[in-house]
Amino acid sequence: MGVMTGKNLIEVEGLKKYFNVGGGKVLKAVDNLNFFIREGETLGMVGESGCGKSTAGRTILRLYEPTGGSVRFNGTDIYKLSPGKMKAMRRDMQMIFQDPYASLNPRFTVSDIIGEALDIHKMAGSSGERKKRIEELLDLVGLNTDHATRYPHEFSGGQRQRIGIARALAVNPKFIICDEPISALDVSIQAQVVNLLQELQDRLGLTYLFIAHDLSMVKHISDRVAVMYLGKMVELADSEELYSNPIHPYTKSLLSAIPVPDPEIESQKKRILMSAEGGGPIRSADEKTEETSLVEVSPGHWVAMPH
Amino acid sequence: MARYVTSKLLYTLLSLFILITATFFLMKAIPGDPFMSEKEVPAPIRARLEAQYGLDKPVMTQYVNYLGNIVQGDLGISMKKLNQEVGNIIGQTFGVSLRLGLIAVVVSTIVGVALGLLAALYHRKFIDSLVMVLAVIGIAVPSFVMASLLQYLFGLELKLLPITGLRSPLGYVLPVVALSAGPIAYIARLTRSSMLEVLNADYIKTAKAKGLKWPAILWKHVIRNGILPVVTYVGPMTANIITGSVVVERIFGIGGIGKVFVDSITNRDYTLIMGITLFYGIILMAARFITDIVYVLVDPRIKLTSGKEG
Amino acid sequence: MANDNITNKQSLPVVTANDFEPVNINERESEVIKRESLTAWRDTWERLRRNKVAMSGLVALVVIIIASIFGPYVAYWVHGYDYQTNDLMATNQKPSALHWFGTDDLGRDMFVRTWSGARISLIVGVAAALIDLFIGVIYGGIMGYFGGRVDTIMNKFSEVLYAIPYLLVTILLLVVFEPSLGTIILALTITGWINMSWIVRGEIMKLKNREYVLASRSMGAGTGRLLFRHLLPNASGPIIVTLTLSVPNAIFAESFLSFLGLGVQAPISSLGSMVENALTGWMYYPWRMLFPAVLISIIMLAFNLLGDGLRDALDPSLKNK
Repeated sequence: MGVMTGKNLIEVEGLKKYFNVGGGKVLKAVDNLNFFIREGETLGMVGESGCGKSTAGRTILRLYEPTGGSVRFNGTDIYKLSPGKMKAMRRDMQMIFQDPYASLNPRFTVSDIIGEALDIHKMAGSSGERKKRIEELLDLVGLNTDHATRYPHEFSGGQRQRIGIARALAVNPKFIICDEPISALDVSIQAQVVNLLQELQDRLGLTYLFIAHDLSMVKHISDRVAVMYLGKMVELADSEELYSNPIHPYTKSLLSAIPVPDPEIESQKKRILMSAEGGGPIRSADEKTEETSLVEVSPGHWVAMPH
Repeated sequence: MARYVTSKLLYTLLSLFILITATFFLMKAIPGDPFMSEKEVPAPIRARLEAQYGLDKPVMTQYVNYLGNIVQGDLGISMKKLNQEVGNIIGQTFGVSLRLGLIAVVVSTIVGVALGLLAALYHRKFIDSLVMVLAVIGIAVPSFVMASLLQYLFGLELKLLPITGLRSPLGYVLPVVALSAGPIAYIARLTRSSMLEVLNADYIKTAKAKGLKWPAILWKHVIRNGILPVVTYVGPMTANIITGSVVVERIFGIGGIGKVFVDSITNRDYTLIMGITLFYGIILMAARFITDIVYVLVDPRIKLTSGKEG
Repeated sequence: MANDNITNKQSLPVVTANDFEPVNINERESEVIKRESLTAWRDTWERLRRNKVAMSGLVALVVIIIASIFGPYVAYWVHGYDYQTNDLMATNQKPSALHWFGTDDLGRDMFVRTWSGARISLIVGVAAALIDLFIGVIYGGIMGYFGGRVDTIMNKFSEVLYAIPYLLVTILLLVVFEPSLGTIILALTITGWINMSWIVRGEIMKLKNREYVLASRSMGAGTGRLLFRHLLPNASGPIIVTLTLSVPNAIFAESFLSFLGLGVQAPISSLGSMVENALTGWMYYPWRMLFPAVLISIIMLAFNLLGDGLRDALDPSLKNK
């Protein structure tokens, strides 16, 4: 967990992202998200697959154009930026992707992959400088500098994810969205990558939004955790508080699903099941969904309550 | 379903309309006029002819008249064959071509599916390789080469079959083989690959595990599912057989519509060219339209709702 | 046997903890990759090279291309005649030392004419395929990249156009605009590009949501970089296969047009127009038909074999489809 200054780096307000699914229906993948991330903080975001957390991450980086709402980075609303200013802004906000097999262009060498951002932002004056910077980055993520001329398919999943991290770091970003960066990796490799991410956060003063579907790993890395369910945020609290005192039934259900490495406890544990109310996030365009708003039940602990 | 059919139908009609329009204006773009051809026509006669054919009116009026005539099935009068209506010429010659074409369709489908199934069942064995080699040759060898070769070999050298004409049932053999070679090759390839896919599917293993007899599995599961993609080939096959018939009719001296088409182009009989082009166009577009509809009907996996799960 | 085992066991040295020493694991060193680095293209080539059928297609094509470039010059150099030189005293001659493939009805040398005809057929096929590629990549690229309403409209337009039978349009155009090498190639491409544009569209739609494309966008890459560095290079496999298979289609279409008298016009000839020309009286002079007909079949066959082989080599999982 990083060093926090108390200043808000990211402020998300009323963020919405709807997809047309045809037949006059929309998928409300992200519906009215409100939260902030302090500088140097790690905010975990959990929810089952399909709950809209990846869409939220991509919309925050403006890889998808939002349906509504705003995202402020250091006070600047990034959705209002011109293409030129947005391009410059992208140096500050980066992403590490879920699937290390799909996130690296198979026709690029490692040095092409890491160097692409340097080329786009003209950050390397000469090819020698570019090479030096790429080797520096490879070293930073714990890869052999000889690997620069290799192609992605020659690496293991963990190594590829390190390449992805080096690529994100190339532009010296302040904020990185980690979109389930470990869920496609072997369990034995997961800890290595998480440790690397934490080490980098300490060294470079990074701010993370860490998206995952696995609560145990999120607890380990996050300062605060947000729980998403069907496109909405249902609970947000400090990690310890959330794990010791979950309030929303969905959070309780998620926590009960974490396996405990003790067969005695595990066998007696009661799974809390929750049925999807309202039938999921696909609705006709004008249909009203149940309005909820976050209520602060104790300092810093917010829970979604119906109006 | 009704919505799907109507929208497909509308698009097909739109394509047809474009073809008709293109045909009309392309013919208008030809330098000179239809009466310039052989000998000098005196001015008064020319004027009377032009009035008779409506050629003295503005182009747009002619166009509207042309559209109106086509809707009524009137394709105009041949320019080179005196007083013969294009519609009649097509009517008189189409029967021969249709009979030949239909025989070729039946032969292609049966032989193609059989070869494809055989290749799939004996996957990676000699029969499979043999069928695939034949299929590649069937696709690669142009119909005119096939037709000439057959004519030379069986007609001239071996003297087994008639060289020209359809006077006896034997006369059909060579033209049908020449017409079917390409479609057989395509159908065999299509059938083989889809049968292979089905044969490797889990539900076949399940059926075997349940103790179903192999012929029953073959009929109920493999052939029924494996034959589906062949339906998609109906449209291209029609095109293939029409182009083929143009060639085959000429080589075997058969007086069908294909031969008339070749002659009309050689004689630059423009109304006849336009008429046959439209006629072919309608057949081909109808074949494609039917393919689209039938494919949806037979394949339950294609859903017509546009909605997808997120 | 049992006794042997026991004695063996007893003779084994006793292992104690002191016998173990830590292997100094250098994580960096353990990650050195020994395998020779192969690019995606080298990989494809290696797979293609092992496919004998596809390679024979490739070799045949190379031989035919070389022969069609140099063949006519060789004959000119040896015998001193070109594709137009006619000898009315030596019409319809059988193949001989003087005329390797015989002569045609005007006494022109068939060897020269066959190879220069192959040259024309290949030019028509390759040029039409390249124009299809050019238009198809632009049109399909726009549809796939922008998606949404742009895609819907452009796609409907191409569907309507595609439904109009290809050869009929070509025939109409050539009836109106007199056939020449240029008009034939143009007529062949008037709706020929649509298939390519659909291939490109499908590939781009599939690829544009890949994470590496999103990654590049998140770094601020523009449309040009995304298209030319990420999307098109990764779509190049199916594009190349389609390109390879569209050459024989164009060659076939041209030969069919020749059959209708709408192919390339005398004095130049394509393989198709030579076959057409040989139809009258070919029962007596089969060689006039044989050489161009066999050559055109080999060309079509070779392109098809190479295209199929490329498809397998580019995506091994699609084998046998």
